[in-house]
Amino acid sequence: MSQIIYNSFDREVQPAYLTPEYKSTIYRAPQKPLVLLKQSLSELTGPVFGDFNVGPLDHDLTKSTVKNGEPIGERIIVHGKVMNENGLPIPNTLIEIWQANSAGRYVHKVDQHEAPLDPNFLGAGRCMTDVNGNYKFYTIKPGAYPWGNHYNAWRPNHIHFSLFGANITNRLVTQMYFPGDPLLAYDPVFLSVPEKGRELLVSKFDLSATEPSFALGYRFDFVLRGYKQTPFETL
Amino acid sequence: MLQTPSQTVGPYFAYGLAPEQYLYDFKSLVGNEMVNPLDHEDAITIVGKVFDGQGVVIPDAMIEIWQNDGQNQLFGRFGTGTDMESRFVFYTIKPVSFNGQAPHLSVIIFMRGQQIHSYTRIYFSDEAEANSKDEVLNLVPEDRRHTLIAKKKDSTYEFNIYMQGDNETVFFDL
Repeated sequence: MSQIIYNSFDREVQPAYLTPEYKSTIYRAPQKPLVLLKQSLSELTGPVFGDFNVGPLDHDLTKSTVKNGEPIGERIIVHGKVMNENGLPIPNTLIEIWQANSAGRYVHKVDQHEAPLDPNFLGAGRCMTDVNGNYKFYTIKPGAYPWGNHYNAWRPNHIHFSLFGANITNRLVTQMYFPGDPLLAYDPVFLSVPEKGRELLVSKFDLSATEPSFALGYRFDFVLRGYKQTPFETL
Repeated sequence: MLQTPSQTVGPYFAYGLAPEQYLYDFKSLVGNEMVNPLDHEDAITIVGKVFDGQGVVIPDAMIEIWQNDGQNQLFGRFGTGTDMESRFVFYTIKPVSFNGQAPHLSVIIFMRGQQIHSYTRIYFSDEAEANSKDEVLNLVPEDRRHTLIAKKKDSTYEFNIYMQGDNETVFFDL
């Protein structure tokens, strides 16, 4: 007999809670030590995906919210595989994305950056991984935008991702960046990740996924927390 | 293989993760009605606020509740940006004891300023006896256990989350 124990966050690649260069962490990062929890049914609960009714165009942000024309900007394809640390693909799991438009403006009402909104681009989408853990989105390359963290602060181009995985220990919210972006070297959100983990957040240009005369391809794989099997102690 | 690092949900998640709640023209996959309160006479309401280290109510947090007591497997999500008082509100049915644990809900908290989400649990103030025997609550220093227990007022349970300070909510490493 054996028991499956899901791994904790790997602190060698995961950001610390408190990273003062990213100022919002100062009053929001937990300060007391976390309490180590033995996993039970509650932690090993996953969503019932039959309940989610993903729309037929939800994976194509260039089409799903058009009003009177095509969205402005560079069309891209973002695809890859969702796996766990054990290297096993995660099939039929929900991926949600949201991002700024090509001008670096979010639809969100709180975003006051003086860049134009695009009536044909909401910037939100979702899809399920297939039986092999693969996913694919069509979207517009997001623009960089300024933010108030420090003088002349700019966020690099990025897409926000939310993944569910097999259960709540696997939950992941993250951001995907683009190769060669000079702003990465100045971004305290990206730099809060230990050096060993940073390249894992940068997508790779993928000519094989590029669709001729249509859109550039980028590949971005996800590795969710995996597990160990330990034998039950027999008394 | 190395884990993909976590990054903050940021301030602009609403139109992607909770669009209908925030009145964007995009369908939500999930909301705060884990059960429809009109269909369930025994539905409970859970309300609360999230406070930062200066005691300020956080209006851009997102809360997820995951429920599995062996009878019902339910999931809800709500942002704190639409209520007048920046509260989160959920409707569900009260979980039952399972595997010797007191009734509880799993909670995940996301917000700008958090690079990794936080895990906590909601227990119930009217389950004092089950709570006293609960394995997880008993792992928690006694003076901090109250941070995990929602207070009952009629059919509503109040559960406030404190990110820092003397009353910092217990967060779990799981």
